[in-house]
Amino acid sequence: MSRVTRFAARDPGAMARISGFMAHLRNNGLQLGVCETNLAMEALCAVEAVEAQHARLAWRAICTGCKDEADRFDDLFDSYWLDAGRVKQKIVPTPPTSDDSGVQSSRDAQGKDASGAGTATAPDGGEGEAVSDGEGRLVATSVQNLMQKDLRDLVTPDDIAQAEDVARRLGAALRDRRSRRRSAAHRGDRLHFRKIIRASLATGGEPLRLFRKQRPERPHKIVALCDVSGSMTLYSRVFLAFLAGLMRCDRHADAYLFHTRLVRITEALRDKDTLRGIGRMSLMADGFGGGSQIGPSLRTFAQTYAKRFVDGRSVVLILSDGYDTAPAETLDAALSELKKRGCKVIWLNPLKSWQDYAPVASGMAAALPYLDLFAAASTLNDLAALESELVAL
Amino acid sequence: MTWTDLKSALAAEGYVASDDLAVALHLGLSLQRPLLLEGSAGVGKTQLAHSLAIARGAKLIRLQCYEGLDSAQAIYEWNYQKQLLSIRAAAENGETGNAVEKRIFSREFLLERPLLAAITQDTAPVLLIDEIDRADEAFEAYLLEVLSEFQITVPELGTITATTKPVVILTSNGTRDLSDALRRRCLYSYMEYPDRMTELAILGARYPTVETRLGQQIVGFVQKLREEDLEKTPGIAEMLDFAAALMGLGIADLTRDPAVLQHTLSTLLKTQNDRAQITPEVAARIAGRAA
Repeated sequence: MSRVTRFAARDPGAMARISGFMAHLRNNGLQLGVCETNLAMEALCAVEAVEAQHARLAWRAICTGCKDEADRFDDLFDSYWLDAGRVKQKIVPTPPTSDDSGVQSSRDAQGKDASGAGTATAPDGGEGEAVSDGEGRLVATSVQNLMQKDLRDLVTPDDIAQAEDVARRLGAALRDRRSRRRSAAHRGDRLHFRKIIRASLATGGEPLRLFRKQRPERPHKIVALCDVSGSMTLYSRVFLAFLAGLMRCDRHADAYLFHTRLVRITEALRDKDTLRGIGRMSLMADGFGGGSQIGPSLRTFAQTYAKRFVDGRSVVLILSDGYDTAPAETLDAALSELKKRGCKVIWLNPLKSWQDYAPVASGMAAALPYLDLFAAASTLNDLAALESELVAL
Repeated sequence: MTWTDLKSALAAEGYVASDDLAVALHLGLSLQRPLLLEGSAGVGKTQLAHSLAIARGAKLIRLQCYEGLDSAQAIYEWNYQKQLLSIRAAAENGETGNAVEKRIFSREFLLERPLLAAITQDTAPVLLIDEIDRADEAFEAYLLEVLSEFQITVPELGTITATTKPVVILTSNGTRDLSDALRRRCLYSYMEYPDRMTELAILGARYPTVETRLGQQIVGFVQKLREEDLEKTPGIAEMLDFAAALMGLGIADLTRDPAVLQHTLSTLLKTQNDRAQITPEVAARIAGRAA
């Protein structure tokens, strides 16, 4: 028996099957449009289309756009075309529902429905319509709370809106003045020849007015690593809101959570629906409020993500109290490796605002030599106050 | 020409392409789409463009991207010095303003940079846009426009439309995420480190004289080395250097002399930490397992 999927006899033919396949890919999160469907059909003319393997290779080149998608493609292809001889009932699936991630969210940044009035129906808000909305969800959530923290408990959309403002100001304070490119400017350090020649034509080739250009200021790329271990629970609310705000205002920022493991939450926080983003994040941050392994987490970061995302133009922002259960040498080695990538490292410690605080925790002491800035931050106002110090960096 | 023909044409130039890559490249050629190649450093992304250019008998035009790359380096620039001199000379000859303007803003005074050069050739060249992830977003957006329209507008001259469409190959090491728009415009292929058989074929294609036994040892050694926890994983180019070093020293067996093996490791290990990690004992152990 062939492994090839048997299509129902009444289906409209090859073209429909291919567009059905495209819809299948789209439902599985690949971003494909009509243009790709056309291209996929054209591609069949360029290879021997009767060979499944050839079609697979060709479509993989067309339909995927990054490594992750390319890895998943084989399974998606098999599940549609090589479904062990099972009959496919319906090749054109129903259109996706409105909460599909590829679709613009109908909620605004505050997590409220853009069109309808009323408050957001977050199950944990405990106020307004959320209570009367559905008891089942409330019960389910409180049960789940025993096992893992729902971060939506901690962060409200208002916090995020406020944090967004702070994050934007901090981002603006971190400007990089190095650039190889120059753009026109009144008080530039170089002559702008193109403009001068153009203007000199009006004066018979005599360059009367000299235009100048200078290096433009560029934003730094901010990479934030937030500690969400047990000792940090008190401050998580502020820091998570700050991360969410940072992600919303800065397209290039990158965010990670760590406790005993390291998780990248950039994609989750970029979700257009803020509350859903936080929800996705809490699914990933399994183990929230547990022990802290700062050194090993930072080492993982330095050896994996940092190689791709951290360069001389990055600022690594570590939000942690420095209480590490792993030996301090690990942290020392991790930070030295990270520092070699040429980035600036800023450590914000909520405990530093305490009277008589001294960085005696062995982890914190080991980290100090590598830091460009070691500052206190436990509230949004503290974060906002950092602006002036960041300008000086 | 089918993709298998293309594959053998590349193999004739010493480039061993996987089926995956050959199909993607063939589609790029027949559908006239740019091809985006991603993968670790040293898997042969740039080399593919070189080999393709030779196989097709086409010119290779290379644009190396870096942060701050701007239009003056990527597309075109006016030759200001020549323009200034020309204006001076014209003033002495009594040429009229209009005539001067027409002359100094002509193609004669335009310095072509890679992108403009690529679309004004008589025969279609191979345009290699190397390490696109290093250029900034503004440049990426501009590139999208060029790659879809194949035309470049110079305000003083008007629009220059492509005489032939170049074969475009973009490479990326993943130092930042590329925009979805660029990914959508391109065909995509992710290149892994080659498996043992492929790497043997590459070694055989580059150094036909290497003995089978030594070749297998070299490839086995490098493949095992890639599994170690290194800062810089050795790529194919490093493997070829390693082979060349061994052949130059006249070594026929990797396991025989650990000291010499350790000396030749400088072709494979490029940081001090990696050198420290692969001690003679470790190297001998890996060589023993690879044999």
